[in-house]
Amino acid sequence: MNTQFQLHDFAGGIHPAQNKVQSTSSPIADAGIPEILILPLSQHIGAQSISLVNVGDTVLKGQLIASSQGFVSANLHAPTSGKITAIGDMSIAHQSGLTGPCIQLTPDQQDTWVECAGIQDYSNVSPDTLLHTIQQAGIVGMGGAGFPTHVKASAATGSIETLILNAAECEPYITADDMLMQEHAIEVISGISILAHILKPKTILFGIEDNKPKAIEAVNKALSDLGNVAIKVITIPTKYPSGGEKQLIQILTGKEVPSGGYPSELGIVCHNTGTAFAIHNAVIHGQPLISRITTLTGNACPTPKNYHVLIGTPVEHLLKISNTNIANTSRLVMGGPMMGFTIDQIQTPIVKASNCIIAATQHELPDPAMEQACIRCGMCTEACPAQLLPQQLYWFAKSSNLEQAENHNIADCIECGACSYVCPSNIPLVQYYRFAKGEIKQAHADKLKSDRAKIRFETRLARQEREQAEKEAKRAARADAAAKKQAEKKAMVPASDQTTPTADLELLQKKFDAAKTAVTKTKEKISVLQAAEQIDSSKIELMEGALEKAKAKMKDAATALASGKKPQDAANVKVASSLLSAAVDIPNKSVADEIEALKQKVLAAQTRVDKAAERYNMAKEQELDTIVAFQTGLDKQQAKLVDAKQALEEFTQQSEEAK
Amino acid sequence: MKLLNISSPHTTRALSTSHVMLWVLAAMTPGIIALTYFFGPGHLIQIAIAASTALICEAAVMKARKRPILFYLKDYSALLTAVLLAVSLPPYAPYWVTIIASAFSIVVAKHLYGGLGQNPFNPAMVGFALVLISFPVPMTTSWSAPAELMTASISFADAMQVIFSSRETMDAITAATPLDEYKHQVAIATATEIYQNPLFKGTDQSSFVLGWEWVSAAFLLGGIFLIWKKIYTWHIPASLLIALTLCSLIFGWDTDSYVPTTMHLLAGATMVGAFFIATDPVSASTTPLGKIIYGAGIGIFIFVIRTWGAYPDAVAFAVLLMNFAAPFIDQYTQPRTYGHNQPKRGLAAKK
Repeated sequence: MNTQFQLHDFAGGIHPAQNKVQSTSSPIADAGIPEILILPLSQHIGAQSISLVNVGDTVLKGQLIASSQGFVSANLHAPTSGKITAIGDMSIAHQSGLTGPCIQLTPDQQDTWVECAGIQDYSNVSPDTLLHTIQQAGIVGMGGAGFPTHVKASAATGSIETLILNAAECEPYITADDMLMQEHAIEVISGISILAHILKPKTILFGIEDNKPKAIEAVNKALSDLGNVAIKVITIPTKYPSGGEKQLIQILTGKEVPSGGYPSELGIVCHNTGTAFAIHNAVIHGQPLISRITTLTGNACPTPKNYHVLIGTPVEHLLKISNTNIANTSRLVMGGPMMGFTIDQIQTPIVKASNCIIAATQHELPDPAMEQACIRCGMCTEACPAQLLPQQLYWFAKSSNLEQAENHNIADCIECGACSYVCPSNIPLVQYYRFAKGEIKQAHADKLKSDRAKIRFETRLARQEREQAEKEAKRAARADAAAKKQAEKKAMVPASDQTTPTADLELLQKKFDAAKTAVTKTKEKISVLQAAEQIDSSKIELMEGALEKAKAKMKDAATALASGKKPQDAANVKVASSLLSAAVDIPNKSVADEIEALKQKVLAAQTRVDKAAERYNMAKEQELDTIVAFQTGLDKQQAKLVDAKQALEEFTQQSEEAK
Repeated sequence: MKLLNISSPHTTRALSTSHVMLWVLAAMTPGIIALTYFFGPGHLIQIAIAASTALICEAAVMKARKRPILFYLKDYSALLTAVLLAVSLPPYAPYWVTIIASAFSIVVAKHLYGGLGQNPFNPAMVGFALVLISFPVPMTTSWSAPAELMTASISFADAMQVIFSSRETMDAITAATPLDEYKHQVAIATATEIYQNPLFKGTDQSSFVLGWEWVSAAFLLGGIFLIWKKIYTWHIPASLLIALTLCSLIFGWDTDSYVPTTMHLLAGATMVGAFFIATDPVSASTTPLGKIIYGAGIGIFIFVIRTWGAYPDAVAFAVLLMNFAAPFIDQYTQPRTYGHNQPKRGLAAKK
């Protein structure tokens, strides 16, 4: 088939034990209807869907029970008919074993369908209608990620050169796609044809790993039966992780999806086999996505095989119908052994993306061995399909050197687990990278937050400064105005320093009095000394010296006082004259102001009276108990008004008289 | 049974670090057999001394560090260090030289830096360099002549006596290594004259050196086996040998003035160095391009030190010098990651 087709290789990769034979020996079985179904509201990437039902509601098979919220979200339908028995948090298929909002449906075992109409001939139907149908059917990527299919299909409409069907199924143990192709090749091809009708690609590549010869044969037979020549089946060598979207694109086209980008940027879109089957059911039969094929395998399971499972079926139900020895199961993995996650609650339901359940025994997947030192052997570098340096990332993650981890492109790690698989020192490398990625994400979020806070703070600071400056300017302006006014006043009242001479005179008077007292006291002391006939003449001399000094001081004070009193008289005359002249002019102004102020007061009092009267009237109308209080209030206000009016009149009269 | 809750992947390859060490030891067997065949049982005794010293030191340090002793002894890294050291030492070096070198390798070069995986320098070569600088006489006069040049082969008892007590018998069996001999003679003699020395295989101009070419071939074989087993990649040995060959071809085409290329490759510790010492991953560069630069650097240093240096061989110093450079080389040789147009080189930009 693909003799001429040029295949490319991707870097690294590993060849773990396949363990696929166990579950491919018997055909797909029907898992039946379990006693309860648990339907998580978030089985996809994007916004959680919103429940449309209430506890106690009866629903039919295929009925919409939760609708998508926004574009990147998905609808959820009842997988069988029955009654809604609970809505709330239940344990879900989650990496960290968290619980999540779920709708619990108790089937009535009647399995009654709602009416559903398919589009038998979609060739004349517009791509938009088909996309709408896919969206309504709640189809998401069924290879594991659960990305809403309509988003993937519509984001790229018109620009797609290559449509790739990912049937590599590179993880060990999983055979869901293998068996689906073996038993439903025609439906899968129909699904691809619908996608091709929507996307109008130039090439359609059907990539299958060469470890699935029966599936390849079945698909080729179906293609030749249908006479379909548009789809090319490409057999690729078995190497993990060839089924990774980026790796499959590299194998088939030789192109690399840009870091942080999407395949659609290269004109490529990739869909999973199970998704194609679901699209077929949705478009041709009008059936929403309510069941899928899931592999149940592992050594604890006596009859490994694939099952048609209703979405929401608890894992417990599968274990029961397959007689799996739970006591012998040491690890229950949802997904493959390389990228799947363990579940510790057997009630956990199968969701749209659950392709495999491994019930492993202790011997099959032994507990991890003790971690040894990293010797930088570089086997991880050789295995890494993303061409990273896992041994370096390990050191950076371990030492929380996030900057260097980012610089070594930790974001491009697809967490395929190839590095951990080959590590001779049993280091759980992927776990270290998940930790570092989480830390980086948190650091970025924190930085964004702190940047915003910084901007907010700086803006606030700037605003405060501006306001301060404005205030300052206003104050300065006011101060200026005041200073000018003061200057005007000064100019008009030049003798405003009249108080100074008086104060000086008082001071001089006091000094003179003090000197006089000192002279008197000294004289007294001398006379006392003389009277006591003290022979100590030196003391008398000293006293006489002091007396001289005191006399001199008294003289000075007297002179100063006399000279100070003279200008004061002159000043007095000046003050009198200026007072006279001012009396003619200045009081007029202040009187006008005063009148104005009083008028304002009267007006304010009038308003208050009006208001009080209004309240009083209202109280009167409504016959309230508070009427007495209002009466008192009104009286008071009226009295105040009278007072204000009186004050105004008096002042007006006074000023008239003064004039 | 309680269901285990653990992060993916859930399956691992059954190849442990202990296995890696054992494979390397196994790959050294042909070389050790060849050494014993040509130079007597000296190396076997040295291996025993070095290994017991190393294991005792390792256990003592583990006890001091309060780690599970047996768990760490079972990674065989100390044993490998000891064997690498022992095959590098002259076969008839006195026992105390070996003990000092071995103890220094494990205690100082390995554990004082934090133990396995943390040592910036190749522990075996640190130990070797220490005794080469400290005790130059026993280190340069303890090589025996190849078996074919001796009248009687060295018995185990003779070897024990030489190593543990008397140095008298030593004079009867001692000989310079051909590389050392050629290097010293070339200053005063022509190639033809040098080849008269029976150390070099007669005068047939092949310049193959008695015994050494087989030892080198045996180590080469072991190295190729390890590359085939994917224990390490071809980068370091290939670039080392190519760089050394190119250097010796550029400068050493005149065999009257320089040591010939074939002797560079086959007469000294080149092969054991290229495949077993330079490839120690802990102290080597770890990026694919970095490994090539690292290997080439060692090759160039081997040539430079051998040609213009005073020591008889150069592998230890060349490896230690490039150990210094390895972290720096790694920073500038990141491979291009999937989805990137350019590889990122250098340190992370400061934000």
